[in-house]
Amino acid sequence: MALLLIVLLPLLGAFLTATCVRSRPRCNSLLAATGPVISLTLALSLLPAILRGERLLAHWHWLPQLDLALSLRMDGLSLLFALLIIAMGLLVLLYAHFYFAGKPRDSQRFNSLMLLFMTAMLGIVTSENLLFMLVFWEMTSLVSFLLIGFHADRREARRGARMTLVITGGGGLALLAGMVLIGQVVGSYQLTEVLASGDLIRQHAHYPLILALVLLGAMTKSAQFPFHLWLPHAMTAPTPVSVYLHSATMVKAGIFLLARFHPVLAETDLWLYSVSTVGMATLLTGAFVAMFKHDIKGLLAYSTISHLGLITLLLGMGTRMGLIVGLFHLFNHALFKAPLFMMAGIVDKATGSRDMRLINGLWRHMPYLMVLTGLCAASMAGLPLLNGFLSKKMFFAESLQSPFTGILFWLTPALAAVAGLLSVAYSVRIFHNIFFNGLPGALPHYPPRKPSAGILVPVTLLAASCLVVGLVPQYVVHTLLQQAAQDALGGALPEYNLGLLHLFNMPFLMSVLALSGGLAMYMARRQLFALYDRLPEVDAKENFEWLMLRAGRFAERQVHRLENGSLQRYAALLMATAVVLPGTALLGVQAWGGGEAMTPLDPVTLLGALILIASAIAAVVVHRQRLMALLLIGSCGLFVTLLFARFSAPDLALTQLSVEVMAVIIMMLALSFLPQTTPRESPPLRRGRDLLLAGSAGGGVAALAYAVMTRPQQTISDFFLANSLTGGGGSNVVNVILVDFRGFDTLGESTVLGIAAVAVFALTRNLQLKGRVAGDSGSYWASEPHPMILRMMARPLLPVALMVSAYIFLRGHNMPGGGFIAGLITSVALSLQYMAGGLAWAHQRMITSFRPLVGAGLLLALATGLGSLAFGAPFLTSWFGHYHLPGLGELELATAMLFDLGVFVTVVGATLLILANLGKLMTLDGPGKEIG
Amino acid sequence: MELLMAISIGVLTTCGLYLILRARTFPVVLGLTLLSHGVNLFLFSMGRLTLEAPAVLDGSGNHADPLPQALVLTAIVIGFAMTAFVVVLSLRAAVELRSDHVDGADPDEDRRL
Repeated sequence: MALLLIVLLPLLGAFLTATCVRSRPRCNSLLAATGPVISLTLALSLLPAILRGERLLAHWHWLPQLDLALSLRMDGLSLLFALLIIAMGLLVLLYAHFYFAGKPRDSQRFNSLMLLFMTAMLGIVTSENLLFMLVFWEMTSLVSFLLIGFHADRREARRGARMTLVITGGGGLALLAGMVLIGQVVGSYQLTEVLASGDLIRQHAHYPLILALVLLGAMTKSAQFPFHLWLPHAMTAPTPVSVYLHSATMVKAGIFLLARFHPVLAETDLWLYSVSTVGMATLLTGAFVAMFKHDIKGLLAYSTISHLGLITLLLGMGTRMGLIVGLFHLFNHALFKAPLFMMAGIVDKATGSRDMRLINGLWRHMPYLMVLTGLCAASMAGLPLLNGFLSKKMFFAESLQSPFTGILFWLTPALAAVAGLLSVAYSVRIFHNIFFNGLPGALPHYPPRKPSAGILVPVTLLAASCLVVGLVPQYVVHTLLQQAAQDALGGALPEYNLGLLHLFNMPFLMSVLALSGGLAMYMARRQLFALYDRLPEVDAKENFEWLMLRAGRFAERQVHRLENGSLQRYAALLMATAVVLPGTALLGVQAWGGGEAMTPLDPVTLLGALILIASAIAAVVVHRQRLMALLLIGSCGLFVTLLFARFSAPDLALTQLSVEVMAVIIMMLALSFLPQTTPRESPPLRRGRDLLLAGSAGGGVAALAYAVMTRPQQTISDFFLANSLTGGGGSNVVNVILVDFRGFDTLGESTVLGIAAVAVFALTRNLQLKGRVAGDSGSYWASEPHPMILRMMARPLLPVALMVSAYIFLRGHNMPGGGFIAGLITSVALSLQYMAGGLAWAHQRMITSFRPLVGAGLLLALATGLGSLAFGAPFLTSWFGHYHLPGLGELELATAMLFDLGVFVTVVGATLLILANLGKLMTLDGPGKEIG
Repeated sequence: MELLMAISIGVLTTCGLYLILRARTFPVVLGLTLLSHGVNLFLFSMGRLTLEAPAVLDGSGNHADPLPQALVLTAIVIGFAMTAFVVVLSLRAAVELRSDHVDGADPDEDRRL
């Protein structure tokens, strides 16, 4: 539970900060810090257990079918990262509170996003399930997109954010593929099992592919060459974001992945050469470019890239010691790089610029910041007594013992020394250039504004910890680091000593060499800058944008080729798919006819079916004469009704009959506003193609129907037949299924009907008939008087029809009938009044609030269903009883009847709402006010 | 009789689909109606064809399969709701776009003008 809380508390904080005390920055920041503080306490409380070598697991099922589980793990490696993430996060929150002073909206938005990001990072490092880890991995990509594009009104920020998302998101996809492959090979996505199957994976034929995919994921996230380009462009983010994402956490996620999968993927030649080459290339590129960046954050970004390369190189060597040193340097890097980024933000705020060609001699204005920066820059350069020195010296020692052979064996320490030299040069530059180096240039704010005391607190804490770790590493990080390495490697650790200062050995000499060389390089900076400026300029962002544009256009072209906006084409493609896919599967069917004997044919049914077939074909043939086609469709409906009646489905026949009447009336109403004929547009070839498509689909459906009908039946309906009377209290099984067994379906279906009716109401609203398509004669049909005989006959018919409707409704539970049918009959009866007397005449004599009627019906049905809950029975359980009433005889009362009444009311309301609103369009005085 | 039923279903489906592939809204609506007849009959026929034995309990023990009937009953009502909606949608489209072509634009408008 503690594990889950550690991850979830920041998430909770993210939602709280987004919704509560939005305009009070102090409260908001305090609220934001609460979750991480508790998380940190919880994580620290786990420390003793972890240091004893325990591994804590927590498991909840999520989607067992996919082997996706909500499962968390805490061991040394996870805890090291988790502590780093939470503690850094808290310092950044503190820093951001002062950074965003005076901008409560920005502050609140940052807090919320920042906590979201913290959750994602914690999720990555504590996930026990690979798929679960991927969810968080993607979450970091998405949230970092929002954070980098924090100032979304700036074009640069948007472009930087997009570049980050494309590169890290793309890497995430590769990682997904890699993880799935690992899961396939191992047969489980649980990390414990995966880590135990190192040999299995390394010997698998897919190992190179798995390695490539996982490395792609890790390298894009950790900004390794050549994917490092997104990191400098992400510097458009506000500085607190850069501090957190680009020094302490996000870029370390890739390193974490490499460390976590060390037992599974490392210790092969492929790993050694690929990872260490990439690491070395990144180390050198980053260090080289950093020296020549005039933007403080740019310099720091490239220096981060270089340090990440260094860590990758160490992990790439595949040795156990390499991993320990890598983790140590990762920890140290966070300690000295974060305060440097914070300093960049403070200087930016104070002077209004980050250009080091302008910012000089700030020591007069910010002496305290100068001291802190000096400490951190010295640590970055690798000066003795500071933490950077220790890990860098160990790095040199490792480079001397690289597993390479031949020239590479000597090249590694040589290049390492060069990288060390470059890093000294840029470390000196960031310190000397900003705080000394003559007088300030033309700064936007001069004299610089004084930084608030609060903003210096996190910088001080971090700088102090650089010093403490440098002086007494064995007391501070040693045990946890050892446990982390132990848990990452899963075996015995080599002997080593973090704090021992061997003075005159090879690594120390390399350090001295790097220091003096770096200082010399800084001295010669003016000449070097001039040289650098002569190099051809490559704007990565422009190239990237160009590539994105091309890719986008290519995709657009492909999409347009398939999707040209024509409904006819989509329908044809859909049908072709529906024909081809099942068609190919059915090709192998030997005998379409099954063994069952067919029902003997009788002449009346044959005649009915022939008329149905003839009407359907005729409707297609004359479909250009729309009224004619509509009448033929009506005839189809009638004969379908008769087929239902013939084959023992009286309920269906009744429903179909009344629906058919309503549907034809509605279509006829609509037709009066549409052209009466359809122009001949499709060329013969097109019609042939359509006929072929439709014919093969129809043929397939017919063959399937035939095949099924002539085979023995296995039905689940026996249950309904057996329980209808005893469980549902009705002998009409179809109705009992509708209102009882499957009552929930019926409730949903009535809702659909209601929604359709309301949609029709909305569509007919404000329909501008001025632009209506004129009929051939151009006259309003409704201008003709209502036929006298119909008018006279319709009135006495209404009570009769309503009585029939009531009868059908009441007997529905035991005989063919029910709410649907009764509702439709009522609607038909009322629509006859419309036709006979006219809309206005009818509306004078009836209630026209149809929409409330629809709602009331649905509510009644729902309330009946909920009513059963009050008696402790499941939703929609029905109750019934038989009563003998004097005069009326035996009467059955069932709650299902109330439900059916709801359905009835909904059907009446919905059909009349449709009819009235469509009908009002054709009255003489135009559409007028909406009805219902 | 099963064969006859299958042929009817096939013809209804074919005619419905052919009309759905037409270029004007009204034939498409008619096509949808025909197609829903075909589909309803298809679903209904999955319960096999039974003569003179409705699913109303009368002690005879011989009944048509009630489940497909219940499903088709709601399908008919929903089909009606859909038809009504599509009809009005096509009406609105014809008025707003001044063309009842399914793609919203009259391909021959330029030529006719």
